[in-house]
Amino acid sequence: MLARFWMACRVGGIALLLFAPITGLVLSGYRLEGHWQTPLLLAAVVTVGHFLFSVLLHHLGGLDRLGVGRAAALPAATIGLSAPKPVWIALLALLTLSLPLVLGKYGLSVAILALIYILLGLGLNIVVGLAGLLDLGFVAFYAVGAYTYALGYHYFHLSFWLALPLGALLAGLFGMVLGFPVLRLHGDYLAIVTLGFGEIIRLVLNNWVAVTGGPNGVSVAFPTLFGLEFSRKAKQGGIPIHEFFGIDYSANHRSLFLYFLLLGVVGLLILMVIRLKRMPIGRAWEALRENEVACRSLGIHHVTVKLSAFGLGAMVGGVGGVFFAALQGFVNPSSFTFFESAYILAIVVLGGMGSTSGVIAAALLLTVMPELLRDFSDYRVLSVGMAMVLMMVWRPRGLRQRRRPFFALPAEAAERVA
Amino acid sequence: MMTGEVPAAGDAPQPLLVVAGIGAGYGAIEALHGVSLEVYGGEIVALIGANGAGKSSLLMTVCANPPAKRGEIFFAGQAITRLPTHQIARLGIAHVPEGRRVFARMTVAENLAMGRVALSADGSRAAQQEDAAVLQHVYQLFPRLRERALQRAGTLSGGEQQMLAIGRALMARPRLLLLDEPSLGLAPQIMGRIFAALRTIAQAGTTIFLVEQNANQALQLADRAYVLVNGRITLSGSGQALLVSPEIRKAYLGGH
Repeated sequence: MLARFWMACRVGGIALLLFAPITGLVLSGYRLEGHWQTPLLLAAVVTVGHFLFSVLLHHLGGLDRLGVGRAAALPAATIGLSAPKPVWIALLALLTLSLPLVLGKYGLSVAILALIYILLGLGLNIVVGLAGLLDLGFVAFYAVGAYTYALGYHYFHLSFWLALPLGALLAGLFGMVLGFPVLRLHGDYLAIVTLGFGEIIRLVLNNWVAVTGGPNGVSVAFPTLFGLEFSRKAKQGGIPIHEFFGIDYSANHRSLFLYFLLLGVVGLLILMVIRLKRMPIGRAWEALRENEVACRSLGIHHVTVKLSAFGLGAMVGGVGGVFFAALQGFVNPSSFTFFESAYILAIVVLGGMGSTSGVIAAALLLTVMPELLRDFSDYRVLSVGMAMVLMMVWRPRGLRQRRRPFFALPAEAAERVA
Repeated sequence: MMTGEVPAAGDAPQPLLVVAGIGAGYGAIEALHGVSLEVYGGEIVALIGANGAGKSSLLMTVCANPPAKRGEIFFAGQAITRLPTHQIARLGIAHVPEGRRVFARMTVAENLAMGRVALSADGSRAAQQEDAAVLQHVYQLFPRLRERALQRAGTLSGGEQQMLAIGRALMARPRLLLLDEPSLGLAPQIMGRIFAALRTIAQAGTTIFLVEQNANQALQLADRAYVLVNGRITLSGSGQALLVSPEIRKAYLGGH
């Protein structure tokens, strides 16, 4: 504990060194003014944040304690996998938490979209990257999530908070339903069936006008926070949040709300995926990807393993869909075309199959870059294609391939292996 | 059959594995025509035969992948003919598939860990200690695997991969180890090491049933052996007896 405290102090010191010239000196006219409170405050935030984060992670048995579940008992199986240093995690957390201060309304909406794509990318990564099941119809689960919220609100006044688990559940169910018939399929055949499934969902949504409104879509109310609304005037029988807190109305509030909520969900998902990868089920996914025959001969039930991957990936897609509906305030089938599936798949492939950080990086790249390069939007698909080709040439395993240690062994680990 | 020579099995006087008149095949093609054999606890039994005789099919049928069309298979007195593959594996039958089939992109240690994933895990201290003990046992048997613990399995040599496949199967502490062509594509020296390890495994109490094309090696190792020709058992007897039998020498050992 003391070591953690000193580590946090050191990190704080470094932060002070960094922040002092950046935020401590302010150019006012032709004079430099010293604002010494700002860097001190920032450094204090970093120190406390780092300390709390490392303690929290330690107690949750998260990133700094590797090896979870049964595999942990096999010493050599769990050592050497490098987890990111808590310093980086703390810095990243600080960055993502303070980002809304910098971003305007437009920037915030891009950030929210990027987070949704990170969510989708991580979801598909479970299916394609870890379990090795090529799914070209992932958008179907995204649509199921979005329409769960939209139709649920339209017909039953379902709230966002209820739609979130319900959308995940329904999408997971659809994932399993799709999983059953395709259990025997591999590779190309599986890809074609999932592609068809994605189209079926879209076509049903498009043509079942009586229920889904067809191409006209369905509108969705913006989520409320404990009955507080984010609109200027109360529309859903609650109190507008700015009146409740006695602050001025700002259209940014709803974006901020979505941003932080999504950030929490993405953070939770990342932790979940990291742990899953080290749990027996995560290992079983990877083993199934490598060799199905061997898996079965080891007593692994391939049906359960495949269905769990499909179901879990679909659930994440469903959550992404609910958020998408909440962000847009309106859903119609044209948001769920095959192009969307291909785009999410591109994120997974570009990021490096199975690598969490790679998928996040790729999702950011593929959502933020097109926004930055609006002037060249006609060439967007072309540039994605070119990026893919270049990747295949230079980094065929993705931006950041999943690393496995081969050489370097920490001293303690080396002892345990020996 | 030379059941009189069966070593005392200790706990079970009846055979550990009984294959009774099974027929199996793929689609309309029958690969096995009423094959019967027995494996007793503690034995090393070999099944030899030429390419396409149905050796691998027999092993796969024991694992119900695909299940037998006719006949019955019993393991420790229990009928397993219609059980799904993964449940058969959990009963204590470990299958080392033909061509090794290691998880190429996972490390050696992760491959070994997979051998225990399907066991009911409670994560208790005792279970973890058992995991560690079994791992130590496998590392003792194949020290090379310990040296390569953190290397990707796909980067191992063929012999090391075979060691890994056997080690992975042993992780579940099986009562019966089924091996499909453990000598496939290995240099003679490596092959010798693998077969020596198999002898050690058998001495430690694991029953072994192996399918081999390399009749010479297999018969030297085995207590008893069966010869499979075109989906039918044509000969059986002790390994030594078959090794000197003129028919076998002519058909499989280059006949001198």
